[in-house]
Amino acid sequence: MSIDDVDMGEVHTDDVDMEGATAPTVAARSGPGALFRRRRGASARKTVTFGDASEVSGSPPWSVTSLVTLMAVWYLIKMGEEPIVNDRTFPSQRQTLDAFIEFWSDGYRRVSLWDHTYASLNRVLKGLIYGVIVGVPVGFAMGLSNRLRGFFDPIVELLRPVPPLALLPLFIVWFGIGESAKVNLLFFAAVWIMVIAARAGVLGVKGSKVHAAYSLGANKWQILRYVILPNALPDIFTGIRVALGVCWGTLVAAELTGTTTGLGATIFAASKFFRMDIVVVAIIIIGVIGVTMDLIMRLLEARLIPWRGKG
Amino acid sequence: MKDLSVDKVGMIYELPKGGSVHALHDVSFDLEAGRLLTLLGPSGCGKTTLLNILAGFLAPTSGSVSLGGDPIDGPGQERGMVFQQGALFEWQSVAQNVAFGPRMNRRKKSETKVLVEELLGTVGLQGFGDKAIYELSGGMQQRVALARCLANDPEVMLMDEPLGALDALTREKMQGLVLKLWQETGKSIVLVTHSVEEALYLGDKLFVMAPRPGRIERVYELPFAEVGLHVDPRELKASPEFIEKREELLSLIWEMEEQIMGHEGAVL
Ligand SMILES: Nc1ncnc2c1ncn2[C@@H]1O[C@H](COP(=O)(O)OP(=O)(O)O)[C@@H](O)[C@H]1O
Ligand SMILES: [Mg+2]
Repeated sequence: MSIDDVDMGEVHTDDVDMEGATAPTVAARSGPGALFRRRRGASARKTVTFGDASEVSGSPPWSVTSLVTLMAVWYLIKMGEEPIVNDRTFPSQRQTLDAFIEFWSDGYRRVSLWDHTYASLNRVLKGLIYGVIVGVPVGFAMGLSNRLRGFFDPIVELLRPVPPLALLPLFIVWFGIGESAKVNLLFFAAVWIMVIAARAGVLGVKGSKVHAAYSLGANKWQILRYVILPNALPDIFTGIRVALGVCWGTLVAAELTGTTTGLGATIFAASKFFRMDIVVVAIIIIGVIGVTMDLIMRLLEARLIPWRGKG
Repeated sequence: MKDLSVDKVGMIYELPKGGSVHALHDVSFDLEAGRLLTLLGPSGCGKTTLLNILAGFLAPTSGSVSLGGDPIDGPGQERGMVFQQGALFEWQSVAQNVAFGPRMNRRKKSETKVLVEELLGTVGLQGFGDKAIYELSGGMQQRVALARCLANDPEVMLMDEPLGALDALTREKMQGLVLKLWQETGKSIVLVTHSVEEALYLGDKLFVMAPRPGRIERVYELPFAEVGLHVDPRELKASPEFIEKREELLSLIWEMEEQIMGHEGAVL
């Protein structure tokens, strides 16, 4: 085989040029004064943008505005001698800050802030990881085999809508009031999400990709490993992100009994003593950890599956 | 080099809600090794079905197919596939895509590397090995698909509208590449298209297929592919011989389309 001829050389240079033509639009962004100007670069020339998904990517200035508004409303409802909302209902910003400092330096109920956070993080991550370990293979099985699909379908569909809190009494009887009941509850919250995400990932594979792989000499195992698994990764990743959120949402239920450590347990205990300031601090910590973890997941996603949405 | 043999192949799809579609009826032909066969016909005449049977993804309801005397009863790497688009593995680089076949066969990595470089050169993509699939234009992606198919050194290359999603200009250039690969490698190619011009230009043998039931309506032996690389393609496509054939085929296909419309009109 001879290596290329002039004609072919020309062809791909053309192709490259066409690709390159889209690049400059990205560069013409922001700059001072552009803070509140949403339409920029090439999109500024579009005459209609409503309903154009490529035009909606969020707006940092408005996100800042939203946070500022939230803080302002919080400030306003706690303003003056007789605030609109009393201290038993919701703490002021000052009280919350004080509670945070107290929590930070002395801990709550003789457990430090770090130990509370660590205990919760540990449970959430364990529940999530077990959920992934069990959910992904089950989801794959359901996407690959009629029999296994038939077998798992009723189990998944029946148990998926059950709120984890409803299972707490059973889990306590089965697993005691120790760590395992809590982790299992979080596992329960995560596993169905992972099953469905993995199943969607498998079912989303294009027939032509699988066929191409067979024609290239791949066996079933290789199809699974080199085609179906990578093809399902974006869906699995989305599943993990959703499951992570749901696990944090289930945390208070999981830590309802049998422990004095954990942010969920803290919220529950503090609310019994009307320590709304502590409750709010714990809520904010959970929120911040949740956002941070989602950010980490998004960074991981950009690194691990850069092809997402580009098939 | 192996001949492809198709013997009285019929294909009836049973529909899940009852009824059936007669996709192929009594299709028979022999394709000597090294020929470039183009399949032309209106949509729904069974081109993809026939190609899938040759690839081994579908078993015909009657008749048989064989390559070099060996019956085809499943996919195999002596029959490579090139799809329209979206069949590349976007999680792999260009070079990894091309190396997929050898890798599945556990060929030596060093040998594969050399082979991939050579093939990327052949399809005009030297230096693009580390690029991601989604960084390439549609035409370049099809070049990768051709190289990936060639990497396993198949006897036959089966292509289902490989250039169908490309713009007209890129498509012309890619037709040149298909001809070049065909002449350099001497492989058999079966190429499905619904472009009359493409079928004429690329095919050194051409079947016009007709629907309801899908069948081979007419067979042409054509001179254009043989000379296609040595003359200006635009000149060739503007030559009286080419135009005559093109008009003949166009009116044939028009007639079929009319019949389909009439048929559907009657149903409605
Ligand atoms: N999996 C299938 N199930 C039922 N009918 C099918 C299936 N695949 C194709 N057909 C029908 O068979 C006929 C031929 O289809 P196809 O081979 O895709 O034609 P072409 O590729 O020429 O457009 C069409 O009428 C199509 O609707
Ligand atoms: Mg088709």
